Amino acid sequence: MSQSAIAAVTHHEVVMEASPYAMDKKKLGMWVFIVSDACSFAAFLFAYGYMRVGAPVWGTPFGFSSILNGVVMTAVLLSSSLTMLAATHASQTGEKASAGKWLGITMLLGTIFAALHLREWFKLIAEGWRLFYNPAGGAAQFGAAFFSVTGLHLTHVVTGVIVLAFIARGYRQGRYDETHVETAGLYWHFVDLVWMFVFPLMYLMNAH
Amino acid sequence: MAGKIFAVVVALITIVTAYCVIAHVWWMPVDISVHGPKIDHQIEETVLVAGLLFIAGQVVLAAFVFLYGGARNRIKQIPGGAKPLIVFAFLLVGTEIVALSFIGSKAWGAVYFEAPDPASMRVDVQAGQFAYYFRYPGPDGKFGSLHPDLINEGNQNYFGLDTDHDADAKDDIVTAELAIPVNKPILLTLHSKDVGHSFYARELRIQQDFVPGLNIPVHFTATQTGRFEIVCTQLCGLGHYNMKAYLSVLSPSDFDDWLRKQASMQ
Amino acid sequence: MFAATAEKNIFLGVKIMPATAAQAAVHHAPPQGFIRKYIFSVDHKVIGIQYLTMSLVAVFVGMALSWAMRIHLAWPDAHIPLLGWLSPSGAPGGLMTPEYYLSLMTMHGTIMAFFVLTAAPLAGFGNFILPIQVGAADMAFPRLNMSSFWVTLVGFILACATFFIPDGPPLSGWTAYAPLSAVGSVAGPGQGWGQNLWGLSIVCFCIASLLGALNFIVTTLDLRTKGMTLPRLPLSTWGWFIDAWVSLLAFAVLLPTCLLLVLDRLAGTSFFIPSGLVINDQLQPHSGGSPLLFQHLFWFFGHPEVYIIILPAFGIVSHIMPTFIRKPLVGGWKVITFAEVAVGTLSFVVWGHHMFVSGMSPFMAMVFSVPTLFITIPSVIAVLVWVFSLYHANIRFDTPLLFSLGFVSLFISGGIGGFFLAQPSTDSYLHATSFVVGHFHFTMGLSAIFATLAGFYYWFPKMFGRMMNEKLGKVHFWLSFVLVYCVFMTMHLTGFAGAVRRYSALVDDFMVPLIPANKFMTIAALLLGATQFIFLFNAIWSRFKGPKAPNNPWDATTLEWDTTSPPPFDNFGGRQITVYHGPMEYDGEASVMQTSPAESVAGT
Repeated sequence: MSQSAIAAVTHHEVVMEASPYAMDKKKLGMWVFIVSDACSFAAFLFAYGYMRVGAPVWGTPFGFSSILNGVVMTAVLLSSSLTMLAATHASQTGEKASAGKWLGITMLLGTIFAALHLREWFKLIAEGWRLFYNPAGGAAQFGAAFFSVTGLHLTHVVTGVIVLAFIARGYRQGRYDETHVETAGLYWHFVDLVWMFVFPLMYLMNAH
Repeated sequence: MAGKIFAVVVALITIVTAYCVIAHVWWMPVDISVHGPKIDHQIEETVLVAGLLFIAGQVVLAAFVFLYGGARNRIKQIPGGAKPLIVFAFLLVGTEIVALSFIGSKAWGAVYFEAPDPASMRVDVQAGQFAYYFRYPGPDGKFGSLHPDLINEGNQNYFGLDTDHDADAKDDIVTAELAIPVNKPILLTLHSKDVGHSFYARELRIQQDFVPGLNIPVHFTATQTGRFEIVCTQLCGLGHYNMKAYLSVLSPSDFDDWLRKQASMQ
Repeated sequence: MFAATAEKNIFLGVKIMPATAAQAAVHHAPPQGFIRKYIFSVDHKVIGIQYLTMSLVAVFVGMALSWAMRIHLAWPDAHIPLLGWLSPSGAPGGLMTPEYYLSLMTMHGTIMAFFVLTAAPLAGFGNFILPIQVGAADMAFPRLNMSSFWVTLVGFILACATFFIPDGPPLSGWTAYAPLSAVGSVAGPGQGWGQNLWGLSIVCFCIASLLGALNFIVTTLDLRTKGMTLPRLPLSTWGWFIDAWVSLLAFAVLLPTCLLLVLDRLAGTSFFIPSGLVINDQLQPHSGGSPLLFQHLFWFFGHPEVYIIILPAFGIVSHIMPTFIRKPLVGGWKVITFAEVAVGTLSFVVWGHHMFVSGMSPFMAMVFSVPTLFITIPSVIAVLVWVFSLYHANIRFDTPLLFSLGFVSLFISGGIGGFFLAQPSTDSYLHATSFVVGHFHFTMGLSAIFATLAGFYYWFPKMFGRMMNEKLGKVHFWLSFVLVYCVFMTMHLTGFAGAVRRYSALVDDFMVPLIPANKFMTIAALLLGATQFIFLFNAIWSRFKGPKAPNNPWDATTLEWDTTSPPPFDNFGGRQITVYHGPMEYDGEASVMQTSPAESVAGT
C-alpha cells in the first residue's frame, strides 16, 4: 500500500505500517463495537430462548394487528437502511446537500419506527402486559423477555437517531467528513440487522 | 547465587507438597458407597498423572535456573526448537487427557448414567435456610404433594404438606436426620425451599446442588454402617457454615426400628 | 499533506485530521494545567498510571479484607476494632458476624478479580506501554480511553461504597448466584442496596472494559509505525491484543447478565427466580425463572474472565524473560502467540465445568469436560516455552526476572490443580472445597500478580524515570514466593479432606481438625500481607527518591526503551520511528534494538 494511501486512510503525517484491514480507525472501532454489541444481544436472546423452551406454556399472544404493525416497522427500518446507504454514497461523492437530505430521511424513518414501537408498547401495557405479568395466561416471563429485548433494540434505534443528528450537523458544518457518515451508517445497518433477528424470534414465533 | 537459591526453594516446595499428598496428610475419608471406589480410583489416577507433571515441571524449571545463571553459558536453543515441545505437549498431555476422560467417564457414569434400581428406597430431601429435612413416604409408599404456601416452621410443617386433605401426605414421615439401611439402593430427590444449597456427603462421594425450581434425583447404595455428616457447599446465606445434617447408615433391623419410632413422633 | 515533516514542530508523529488545523492544535498539543495533565488527561501514559494507582489501592483493600477473613477463621472470637467502627451491625464490638464474613468475602473477590486482576495488567500496563511498543503517539481513541478510566473508577467507588451503607455489602459471593442475589433484601443483610450498588459497579466495569478493549484492538491494528509488522510486535502487545478480543466478547455477555439480575431485583421479572420460594417465611411472588440460566450466563463470561486475567501475564512474562535470559524464547513469537490464541478461543467453550454438580445435565458435564482438559495443551506448550527457553541461557536474576520465574512455578502448580477440577468425577468431591480456592488463587491471585509485579519492577524506570531498589525488590520476591506457597498449597491439601469453602467458621465435625492448618495459613497470610508493604514503600520512595533511570536500564530491545524515561508527551519527541527487527534480538551480552538498522544477532 503506498504511503499516500496509508496517510489518506489514517490521516497521518508520519509513515506508518499499513493496517491489515486498510480501514480507517473509526470504522474499525465501529466494527469492533458491533461485534461486542452483537454478543450482548445474543446473550439476551439466549436467555429468551432458554426461558421459552423451559416454560410449560409460553403463549402466543400476538394477533394480526401486532404482526402487521411489526411488518410495517420492518419495512420502515429496512427502508431507512437504504436511505442511509444513499446518504453514505452521496457523502463519498461529495454531494453534501444530498447526503444531508438522505440523513434526514433516515432519521425520520428511525423516528417513525420508534413511534410505531412505542404505540404498540402502550397498547400492550393497556391490555395488562407487564414485565412480570401475562394477561393472556401464559408464562409470566413473556413480558420480561419481550420488553427487555425490544426495549434494548429501541434504545439502540433512538440512540442511533440522535447520533445521526450530530453527524449530520457536523458534516454540514465541515467538522466531520464522509468517513464519519460511513461509520454511523455501519451502526445503523447493524441495528437493522438485529431487528431482522428480533422480529422473527419475538413476534412471528409468538403469533397465533 | 539467586538462581541456585531459587532452584533449592522450588525443589523443597515440590518435595514437601509431594510428601503431603502421597502420605495423605490431609485426605479423603474412607468411602462407604458402591460407586465410591471408582471415584477414588479416578482421583488416584489424577494424582499420579498430575503429580508427575507437577514434579517434572518444577524440577526442570529448577534445574535450568540452577545451571544457567550468569553470563558464561553459550547461548543456544534446545535442539529442534519448539517442535519437540509441541509434539510432547500434544502427545503426552493429549494421551493423559484421553485416558483420564475415558476412565473418568465410567466413574461419572456410575453415579449419573445408570438408572436407579426400581426397588430403591425413596427419600425426599428439602434444603432451606439453614437446615435439611427428609421425608419418607410412609406405608402407602406415596409422597404427598407440596404446597409452599402451607410451609410453617412454627408448626413443624417444613415441607408444606396438606395433611388435612391429602391422604398421601398423612403418613409421610418427616425427619431432621437421614437414616438409611445399609446395602440397600437409595433414591433421593432434592429440592430447595428458598435459595441454592448443596448436598455434600464426603464418605458417600456425592455432591449435588439443590436448584430452586428443580427436583433433582441422586441415587446410591451405602456399604458401611456409621454416622456421617451431610454439609451444605452452595453459599446460601449467613447460616451456610452451620447448615448440616447427619447421615445414619443402619442395619436393616435398626433402620426399621428407627423409622417406626419416627413415624410415631409425627 | 505528505511533505517532509522536518519543519513541523510538536504535531509531528501525531494524528491530524486534514480538514482543519485548528482541531489538530486542540487534539494533541501538550496538555496545560494540572487538571488536564494529571486528572482529566487523554494521555495514555497518565491513564495507565491512574489505573495502576487505583489497582494499588484496590489490592490493599482486597488484602485487608482477606486478613480480616483469615483472622476470623483462625480465631473466631477475635475482636477487630476497625471492623467494629466500619460496621457496628456487621461486627458489633469488633466481633465479626457470619453474615459480615460473607460480605467481606464477596467484596474481596469482587474487588480483586475486577479492580486489581483485570484492571492492572491489562488496563494499567497495557495503556501505558502498548501505544509506545507499537510506535504510536497515543491510543486510537484517547478521549474514549479517558472515559474508560473514569467509569472504572466510578465502579470502584461504588464497590467501596457498599461498606458504608447501613446494611453493608452483599453476601452472595462475587459469583452472585440467583436466587440468593435476585430476591432482594429478604434473603439477608446486604442483599438490598448492597447488591444493587454491586450490580451497578459491575455494569460500570463492563462498559469501561468493552470500550478499553475496543481501543486496544484498533490501536494495535491501525496505529503501528513503519516496519512494525504483526510478527514484530512485542509479545506483551500480542498478549494485550489477544486479551482485548477475549475481554470484548466476555464482558459483552456479563453486561446483559447484570442487567437481567437488576430487572429481577427491581422490576419484578423472573429471569432467574422460579415459583414457590419461601424465604424468611415469605412466599416470593416470582415464577418461571431458572437459577441455572444465571449460572450459564455468568460463567459464559466467568470462565473467559480468568483467561482475561492470565493472558496479559503470559504476554508480560514472555516479553520480560528474553531481556533477562539474553536469548529469544523458543519458537519465537509464533508459538507463544498461537498458544495464547488457542487458550483464549477454547476459554469460551468450557464454562460448564463450573456447573458439574449444579443440576445441569450430567451428559453436558462430559461435553464440557473435554475442552476443559484440552485447554491444558496450549497452556503446557506455553509453560514448556518459558522453561525450555532457560536452556543454555545467560540468566540475569534481576527482580523482574525473579518474579517471572516465580510466575512460571506458580502457574505450573495452579495448572496442575486444574486436572482434578476438569473431570466431573473428581470434581464431584473437590467442588466447593478449599482445593478450588487454592487452585484459582494460584492461577489468578498468585501467577497473575507475580507477572504484574514483574511488569511493575520492569517498567517502573520507564514510567517514572527512576530505578526501584533492587535489594528491597529481592526481599519482596523471596518472602512472597515462599509465603504464597505456604498459604495456598495448604489450601489445596485441606481440600482433599473435603474442607468446604465460603464457611465463616469451622464447626463441623470434620472441619474442626483442620483448624491448626487454618491457623498456619492465617499466620502465613498475615506475614504475606506485611511483606507487600515492603513493595509499597519501595514503589513510593523510589518514585520520588530513587536513582535516575537511563533510557534503557535493562539493555532491552523494544520501542519503549528507545525513548526517554519517562517518555515525552507524544512518546517519541516527534521522531519518525522505523522498525527493522523483531522484539527478541538477544544473543548473550549483545542485543539489537528494534529501531536499530544494525544487523540481526538472533535471526529474528
